[in-house]
Amino acid sequence: MTGRLVAGDSAAGGSVVPVATRAEVCAVACAEAWRGDGEILASPIGVIPTIGARLARATFEPDLLLTDGEAMLGQGTWAIGGQPEVIEGWLPYRAIFVLIYNGTRHVMMIPSQIDPHGNVNISAIGDFSRPRAALLGVRGAPGNTVNHPTSYWVPRHTARIFVARVDMVSGVGYDRAARAGVAASRYHELRRVVSNLGVFDFASPDRSMRLVSVHPGVAVDEVRAATGFDLIVPADVPQTREPSAEELALIRSVIDPRGNRSAEVPQ
Amino acid sequence: MALASRLSIVRPNGSNKRLLRDAHGRTRAEEAAVRQKLMTAEAVVAELRSGMTIGIGGWGSRRKPMSLIRAICRSDLTDLTIVSYGGPDVGLLLAAGRVRKLVYGFVSLDSIPLEPHFRAARQSGAIEVAEYDEGMLHWGLYAAACRLPFLPTRAGLGSDVLQVNPGLRTVRSPYDDEELLAVPALRLDAALVHASRADPHGNAQFLGPDPYFDDLFCMAADRAYLSCEKVVPTPELTASAPVQTLRIQRWMVAGVVEAPRGAHFTSCDPDYGRDEWFQREYANAAADPAAWAVFRASYLDHDEAGYHAAVASGRAAATAAS
Repeated sequence: MTGRLVAGDSAAGGSVVPVATRAEVCAVACAEAWRGDGEILASPIGVIPTIGARLARATFEPDLLLTDGEAMLGQGTWAIGGQPEVIEGWLPYRAIFVLIYNGTRHVMMIPSQIDPHGNVNISAIGDFSRPRAALLGVRGAPGNTVNHPTSYWVPRHTARIFVARVDMVSGVGYDRAARAGVAASRYHELRRVVSNLGVFDFASPDRSMRLVSVHPGVAVDEVRAATGFDLIVPADVPQTREPSAEELALIRSVIDPRGNRSAEVPQ
Repeated sequence: MALASRLSIVRPNGSNKRLLRDAHGRTRAEEAAVRQKLMTAEAVVAELRSGMTIGIGGWGSRRKPMSLIRAICRSDLTDLTIVSYGGPDVGLLLAAGRVRKLVYGFVSLDSIPLEPHFRAARQSGAIEVAEYDEGMLHWGLYAAACRLPFLPTRAGLGSDVLQVNPGLRTVRSPYDDEELLAVPALRLDAALVHASRADPHGNAQFLGPDPYFDDLFCMAADRAYLSCEKVVPTPELTASAPVQTLRIQRWMVAGVVEAPRGAHFTSCDPDYGRDEWFQREYANAAADPAAWAVFRASYLDHDEAGYHAAVASGRAAATAAS
């Protein structure tokens, strides 16, 4: 395994922090989406966001609520594919819907297409009446996006996913929420988009997508080339922060000991 | 016992046989005459008609009334409008050509995200669809259960759900300036659900983690038909499980079918989990017409007992080959 010395540690006997993989950087970037959320339900879709949510709760966001992926709220930190040891609540689907309308949730979903304003498609590619590729259906994306904070995770950043215009608006972006009126916009908030290349948000004057950071080893031009619209790119783009030694230990030994993360984001 | 204290002992004319009468003057013998609703899957199908709107309980590939679906696939019913949190129930009905219109929030096999028959039907434009947000479906069923014309929600506002369902309307709040989506009631001609246990009268129990929306499907329907893993005498329902598991009451149910492994290959926890091997067989076959013809002949062109026997021998063959 490759390793690197952490400044200050070498004199104390050479404690080595292994270099984080891209998947691990992504998991931490996803965890950061829930920073400051407090006592709300974190709903991650996909392996990397699930690692991120559990990591956030195990470290800087201890009050988050997490489900077992079915109908139970669990306490503690458990592995991907495992079950929580302590059940702290019951959350069947109908209760989740009320919790959504209550605003007590921050979901991270996986878009098939996402546009500069954060409109997202998970329903169908091409003409809706006879799609080129039928996907899942809109699922809960319309309701989620107008009721509580939403973030997105893109395991493979390409110009086929980051598109100028999505074919079917399933998750509502800033422009569409504003046009639909106060009922749609008052609780609408897109927090961040994490891809395998970088982190993005909508903190620009016209609420269009902005590059926040690039992951270690990724060039800004690489992100631009893989994006099918003009990103807002600040003059100085920082690097996504690397996982701490504690975070890496949690990811590798506790949350994902079987290494499912590398299937979602190959190094 | 509380029950005994509400019963008085009476002696009918000249008889020394004692009869128990409840507060309504009903004897035990009369109590036993509460309607029995046991029927076969074939009898359920015989009560359905082509062109009906039918709601299906469960969620994705979880606790679906698959034995009733298989019975519909063996029938000549057609032009159905299906309302479902869709899984292989929708897939099988589409493959059998029974569906005219589909009302859904998603169609998925859970552990396999995309449903091949659903994709094929959508991509060929073979069916009419009403694609809703999941919560809109809930609201539509709830409105129908409460006999309301609609219920208001934010879910759907700003999205293309309004564009692809041009019949949807918004409603202005009489109390403030909010303009909300009015989800129309999803009234059903019939509902089909699968439960863990039921008594012969239609009181039904879920023993798994989630009741899903089965009770709402039943209440939204003119007639609801319930299959279950096992039919038990009423007292057994609460002998080993809390009363809160009795989510469906007999007034919601028109017919009860005992169907052990009736949810196969979807999950019916805690009795059995999803049959992931068989679901992969299903999904692989569904992606190719020739393979599907073989699958259908092997597994579906049988009655329910024949289906389960074919699954068992298919599994044995697959295990031997591996």
